[in-house]
Amino acid sequence: MGDMFDIARPSHTARQAVEAADKIFAERETKRRGKRQPAVSAANGLEWVTLLRKVADAQDTDAFTALFEHFAPRVKAFLIKSGADHAMAEECAQDVMVTVWKKAAQFDPSRASVATWIFTIARNRRIDMLRRDRRPEPEDLSWGPDEEPDQLDILSLQQESDQLAAAIAQLPHKQRVMIERAYFGDLTHSEIADETGLPLGTIKSRIRLALERLRHSLS
Amino acid sequence: MINHHLSDKLLMAYSAGSLPEAFNLAVATHIALCDECRARLASFDALGGVILEEASAPDVSMESSALSATLERVKTGKPTPRARQTAPQDALLPAPLRDYVGDPSHIRWRSLGGGAKQMILATTEQATARLLLIPAGTKVPDHSHGGLELTLVLQGAFADEHDRFGRGDIEIADESTHHQPIAEPGEDCICLAVTDAPLRFRGLLPRLAQPFLGI
Repeated sequence: MGDMFDIARPSHTARQAVEAADKIFAERETKRRGKRQPAVSAANGLEWVTLLRKVADAQDTDAFTALFEHFAPRVKAFLIKSGADHAMAEECAQDVMVTVWKKAAQFDPSRASVATWIFTIARNRRIDMLRRDRRPEPEDLSWGPDEEPDQLDILSLQQESDQLAAAIAQLPHKQRVMIERAYFGDLTHSEIADETGLPLGTIKSRIRLALERLRHSLS
Repeated sequence: MINHHLSDKLLMAYSAGSLPEAFNLAVATHIALCDECRARLASFDALGGVILEEASAPDVSMESSALSATLERVKTGKPTPRARQTAPQDALLPAPLRDYVGDPSHIRWRSLGGGAKQMILATTEQATARLLLIPAGTKVPDHSHGGLELTLVLQGAFADEHDRFGRGDIEIADESTHHQPIAEPGEDCICLAVTDAPLRFRGLLPRLAQPFLGI
């Protein structure tokens, strides 16, 4: 793994990453059809990255439509489970998707999956909507307008996100319910377990490496 | 080198958006100084992404006009281009804190006696945030921890018999924490201190001032 994350290695563009992702996805799809197995979820994260990239680069409304149809109902359900009524959740889910369009170029696929990025937008919209406590944030770190994160960082982060989803699905029911309650805003800080025992170590390490590379380019 | 970090539960609650404002401020300020916790937070956000991805209810779908209404709202605008961020890393007050304090060269300090000073920051009432200045070489004001208390060092350092806390380090203390740290010689120690004890200025001020006044 060492040389794979060498900071001095020349950077590839996100577009190459997307092409590589498309290829992987196509291969997996062929395999899946051949074996009549359920879709390999590992390709999903990269698919959303491709679509969001098309929104950022070309204002592609077909790509946006696909993102909308998948994520808008999830954002709405997330907001309802967080205590919003249906009308408010509908309105805010649309607001969240407008933000997805506007901020598409800000998304960094080497540090978050599309679902994660949309979660942060939905969470912030929920705080405004339910007049919860203001939530200051650290200044954002981002690549400059003409730079791209590394393609291997993108591939491994997206893969790691899919694996995290699979790992969370394997957790005991009780533990999953506690996580959901925390993220729907049902638990206070003191109600969250001291030792969450969550499998976040690997994805954290990936993000840390991507951050180091970003810091390196900023300096 | 930062040695004292945020706890998982603070990061999870911050990621979920359920902390009182004053705690949010302390978490954001630590993360502005600590890439390790920035990455840990991103991993908790990834967990939020998993929860969002699986959020569904059988009776929940978007209204039939939702997509066209949203497309109507976005069709006039291009996505905002990226801008390179150039936040100074060495500023006394990291960005989240600057919004609360204002100009760092004109912090509105109020004396606590003995050279110690504080500035209360405006947040919601569930928790209180203040900047504390402890003169170099003196004891940190003795105060009981009514509940959870976070102390983030911004300048200088303090130490007790076990640990040393320098810039970026955050101490997480609760009722069971009994110690009396001392600000190191050299630079005055400036901290962001956040507590979820109720706001009790009258009671708190004399108690904070006590060790300095010698009463």
